Amino acid sequence: MIPAINIQDIHKHFGALQALKGINLSIEQGEFFALLGPNGAGKSTLINLMAGLLRPTSGTISVMGHDVQRGYRQARQSLGVVPQELVFDPFFNVREMLRFQAGYFGRGSENDSWVDEIIESLGLADKASTNMRRLSGGMKRRALIAQALAHKPPVIVLDEPTAGVDVELRQIMWEFIKRLNREGHTIILTTHYLEEAEILCSRVAVMKKGEVVALDSTVNLLKSIPGKSLRLKIKESFLPESLRHMIRNQEESVYTLSLIDVTQIEFILSELRKSNISIEDMKLLEADLEDVFVDLVGDHA
Amino acid sequence: MFLLIWLVIMLEKQIIHPFRGAFTLFKKEIMRFWRVSFQTVAAPVMTALLYLLVFSHVLSRNVQVYEGVGYTQFLIPGLIMMSVLQNAFANSSSSIIQSKVMGNIVFLLLTPITYTEFFLAFLAASIFRGLVVGICIYLVSIVFIDLPIAHPGFVLMFGLLGSALLGTFGIIAGIWADKFDQMAAFQNFIIMPLSFLSGVFYSIHSLPPFWKTVSHFNPFFYMIDGFRYGFFGMGDISPYFSLSIVLLSFLVLSWFTLILLKSGYKLRG
Repeated sequence: MIPAINIQDIHKHFGALQALKGINLSIEQGEFFALLGPNGAGKSTLINLMAGLLRPTSGTISVMGHDVQRGYRQARQSLGVVPQELVFDPFFNVREMLRFQAGYFGRGSENDSWVDEIIESLGLADKASTNMRRLSGGMKRRALIAQALAHKPPVIVLDEPTAGVDVELRQIMWEFIKRLNREGHTIILTTHYLEEAEILCSRVAVMKKGEVVALDSTVNLLKSIPGKSLRLKIKESFLPESLRHMIRNQEESVYTLSLIDVTQIEFILSELRKSNISIEDMKLLEADLEDVFVDLVGDHA
Repeated sequence: MFLLIWLVIMLEKQIIHPFRGAFTLFKKEIMRFWRVSFQTVAAPVMTALLYLLVFSHVLSRNVQVYEGVGYTQFLIPGLIMMSVLQNAFANSSSSIIQSKVMGNIVFLLLTPITYTEFFLAFLAASIFRGLVVGICIYLVSIVFIDLPIAHPGFVLMFGLLGSALLGTFGIIAGIWADKFDQMAAFQNFIIMPLSFLSGVFYSIHSLPPFWKTVSHFNPFFYMIDGFRYGFFGMGDISPYFSLSIVLLSFLVLSWFTLILLKSGYKLRG
């Protein structure tokens, strides 16, 4: 099967700045894919290259088998992009704007029922005749998503879709996007909420300084973090010297220790006993995506 | 002309598919200025009428430019053309700069609309607005003043080509400018002087030789003079020569605009 997105050796320079340094990435049709990374990692640059808003310095990208430069018309037909900023056209209302957007892609009145469906599913029905200017921030965000979907693209890219969005809207959005994914749309998202990526996405790429530093299924990435960790709350605010090398995190007298093996707990307890340190609370933690992320892009990495 | 009307009807009924993208953009551009028609149509008509009132009152007894043509009559075609040109420019330039500053131009750049379609849609909308304003001024003027049209073909040709030229110029300005301030500079330091010094209010024959020569380098002069020829059958120079200059300017500027759009200048990084 043709990959939904195929990125080959993409470089992008802005003057002296090398924003992307040779990205290779293939995303299969039907995947729910997350692109993670700190600010400035190059996620938005990569998305803008997919969308044809930027042109690569070298390398190629194709969407559903169509090169984004040579076959840009077909490539853009296949792609729906939700931009990060809340941009809107102040002259029109939600429904007009969605119909125009579909029209730009050559869709006519036969597409109107789909437009109505997105309006309904994103909870915009009450606001369909409201001018874009009068919508609240959350409603503008929904309209932005609707706009990217107006031409029913098989591949949907969401650039930080939940930034500044309240819990209720986030829930509505993800339900709708999960449904689109079930119906066969490929979903690619960038997000700062790692928990979101962990729950939703089957595969994750982590970017750092213009490079992909990790690319694997979410499950495998979680496995890559050696074992679990142990959170200890102790009465004294220092640990014995023999345990110090295990510290991952410390907040006053709450320590998080990395475990390679669960049997290390026995050793920890005996060391604490030896130093007469009593435990107030203790919890065994599973590795989460945040650990993976910190491990990969943190300062020490 | 009939072909154009037929094409629009077919597109509106969605019988023709391949140009739907460009047609949607054209339709959106028309609706955009129509939503604010007080500002985009009524205001320029009002301004032109005020010019007409003031200048004809002050000068009508003293100036006669052409044999048998009163000054007020002489003034109207120039004022119509000046408004056509300014509004054609304003339509494409303000739409592009606005969507650039607001950021919503991204929704256009994400679509499969080609750069040629982009150009044609903005161009057609500019011509449309220019002509709507021009026709409105004409209709209001003839209520007060008798103004027969000697050569309707010239009136139409200069109206179309003039608004096309300025619509194209507006696209360039819209792409180039990053701020409203730069756009205002464009409007006030290029478009306004060129249109005021083009012979709207006088015949260049009444100018000193130096300024007469300078006027020949002003493309607006040819548009105004040719348009006026269409009304009176008289002008400062041959209408065919003017038409050639205007057509050539339009072709050169369109070619330049298409190169600009193809390169993605200021639109695609």
